Amino acid sequence: MSRPQRAAARGGADEVLRGLSPALLTDLYVSMRRIRRAEEMIVQLYPEQEIRCPTHLSIGQEAVAAGVCRALRPTDTAVSTHRCHAHYLAKGGDLRAMFAELYGKATGCCGGKGGSMHLTAPEVGMLGASAIVAGSIPLALGCALAASLTGSDEVSVAFFGDAAAEQGVTHESLGVAALRKLPVLFVCENNLYATNSPLKVRQVTPDIAPRAAADLMPGVIVDGTDAVAVYRAARTAVARAREGGGPTLIEAKTYRWREHVGPNFDIDLGYRTQAELDRWMAKDPVTRLARRLLRAGVLPAARRQALEAAVEAEVADAVAFARSSPFPEPESLYADVD
Amino acid sequence: MRQIKYREAIDEATRQAMAKDERIIVLGVGVDDAKGIFGTTRGAFEQFGSARVFDTPLSEAALTGMCVGAGLRGLHPLLVHARNDFLLLTMDQIVNNAAKWRYMCGGKLRVPLTIRAIVGRGWGQAAQHSQSLQALFAHVPGLAVIMPATPADAKGLLMTALSMDSPVICLEHRWLYEKSGPVPEDPYYIPLGQAGVVREGSDVTIVAVSHMVLEAVQAAEALAADGIQAEILDVRSLRPLDSDSIARSVAKTGRLVIADTGWKSFGVSAEIAARIGEALFGRLKAPIRRVALPDVPTPASSALEQVYYPGPREIAAAARRCLEVALPEESAERPAPARPRDFHGPF
Ligand SMILES: Cc1ncc(C[n+]2csc(CCOP(=O)(O)OP(=O)(O)O)c2C)c(N)n1
Repeated sequence: MSRPQRAAARGGADEVLRGLSPALLTDLYVSMRRIRRAEEMIVQLYPEQEIRCPTHLSIGQEAVAAGVCRALRPTDTAVSTHRCHAHYLAKGGDLRAMFAELYGKATGCCGGKGGSMHLTAPEVGMLGASAIVAGSIPLALGCALAASLTGSDEVSVAFFGDAAAEQGVTHESLGVAALRKLPVLFVCENNLYATNSPLKVRQVTPDIAPRAAADLMPGVIVDGTDAVAVYRAARTAVARAREGGGPTLIEAKTYRWREHVGPNFDIDLGYRTQAELDRWMAKDPVTRLARRLLRAGVLPAARRQALEAAVEAEVADAVAFARSSPFPEPESLYADVD
Repeated sequence: MRQIKYREAIDEATRQAMAKDERIIVLGVGVDDAKGIFGTTRGAFEQFGSARVFDTPLSEAALTGMCVGAGLRGLHPLLVHARNDFLLLTMDQIVNNAAKWRYMCGGKLRVPLTIRAIVGRGWGQAAQHSQSLQALFAHVPGLAVIMPATPADAKGLLMTALSMDSPVICLEHRWLYEKSGPVPEDPYYIPLGQAGVVREGSDVTIVAVSHMVLEAVQAAEALAADGIQAEILDVRSLRPLDSDSIARSVAKTGRLVIADTGWKSFGVSAEIAARIGEALFGRLKAPIRRVALPDVPTPASSALEQVYYPGPREIAAAARRCLEVALPEESAERPAPARPRDFHGPF
């Protein structure tokens, strides 16, 4: 009997995992764990004031980036927002180059020009991020248009937050993508807040996904704390897009644990409650997947610990690399603009 | 006189104007939250409540158009943005509607509207959160553009904007927010289009915009130590621009340095230089010098921010060049990027 079969025999069968390979499930876990530990390292380092840029952490939201990007190929493209660390890493962006960018170093993924809000790794399809809410969404249309005109089956993803649904350009983008059947995934991470404003003071419905219906595209709601569920939703949307079926809007219900920008918790501001935060932390996407994979016999403790140790080493190495890298030369200020 | 901070002066102006004029409403992303646009709108929310001070969706373009319409129907909206970069989403409503409506309808309607927005700087905010876009707005007939540099001007100019019945863009440099200065307690109004004389001098005129006024004062102190007397004018309002005061000062000194927080090309410094060139050709003793941002976007790295932003050193050097005085020796060594003392993240 294989290990999953034994687990099933013990009554541990997990329908949700059915049909997904152990390698894929392990990837999902490692991807989330890398994001989590990298950002927890930022939390630890930020007070030193050597990371001198506004950092918007995705702690609590890792499952969305990990689930969507696992359904993509490196040649597929993604664009993101001010909160882009998770998307960059899940898409395969280099961890050293990310930390170096946060430290403003020449070896950063943007040579120190972009900082935390504009992480870019074209070699793995991460085409950058706009810190203007909804600003990058139409770029995903263009990526998809380029792919379809060149006969490639690449798909493109626009990651954005719930507040982006309030911007006109988002609705224009849904319309254009639907009209031209562009291979795009619109991925909305609905974390219930924009800065300190709750969704209910900004929009009349609690859901973003129904907006898709107006443009006759699928609008899917998924548990954004469940990487497997996100992966499945993304896989369906990607397959549809590749086959010429057009765009999908995926809304992932998720939650940002820490303050809008910066490393701290912010319950003291009074715009949300500790009880609410506790409820979401109890659904921790990272530990939940670890437990589930353990129960199902997919990722035994010893193997998981070895993978976690590798992530720790990777993060420590990235920080050391960033710290020891040089700052950009003053002349580089004038590079890359005509 | 009582000293208060720049941000407190804005809060006070807003509340006093709202108390006098019930047509004024305040709206924008985050105006009612605990931080209330860095402490400038929360007071009005507490005093006047959510009917007159309210949070909005991130729908800046629609909101700007809504404010234009509300202005047509007798309200005076004060629309607030945490960065002036976000105004770019609202350019159509500002430029095609707010600035034009009165003219297009032959003066039958007016658009009372005040838009406040912050100019960011530092802490790696990078290319999309630290632009200083005054030139874009000052280019447009039908708009007024103010950039107060002191707490007293912030209150007096904002009070005036809120008493007008035409669109005013008020751009506030974030680094001024915690600076204190004397501010009268009663309401008062500073007319638009009057430069302020910050310091009198006879050798060179320094015309400065917003935060550059503070940098110019430091430069003037360094110059004074070498016996050079700089006169500093704070333009305060870019449109209308007080060309007469600038010309009077330059007619006296014969030399002009312009220090702007925006980019050099096609910017405020170019406009002022052109006007003085037109008015005083032949009476200038030296070429006009400009101190402004180099023509590149804002970099994130603290090492590059340090090179990007000109300061007192560059202003003083420009003045010395006007006077053909040798520049002080510069050390070749590049200092490591410093931790900003009074401005750091998160914010
Ligand atoms: C057009 C625009 N308006 C305002 C802001 C300031 N701002 C930055 S992030 C943010 C909240 C965005 O919320 P959401 O899109 O839900 O993403 P989240 O931060 O929750 O990931 C705001 C208001 C901005 N960057 N761009």
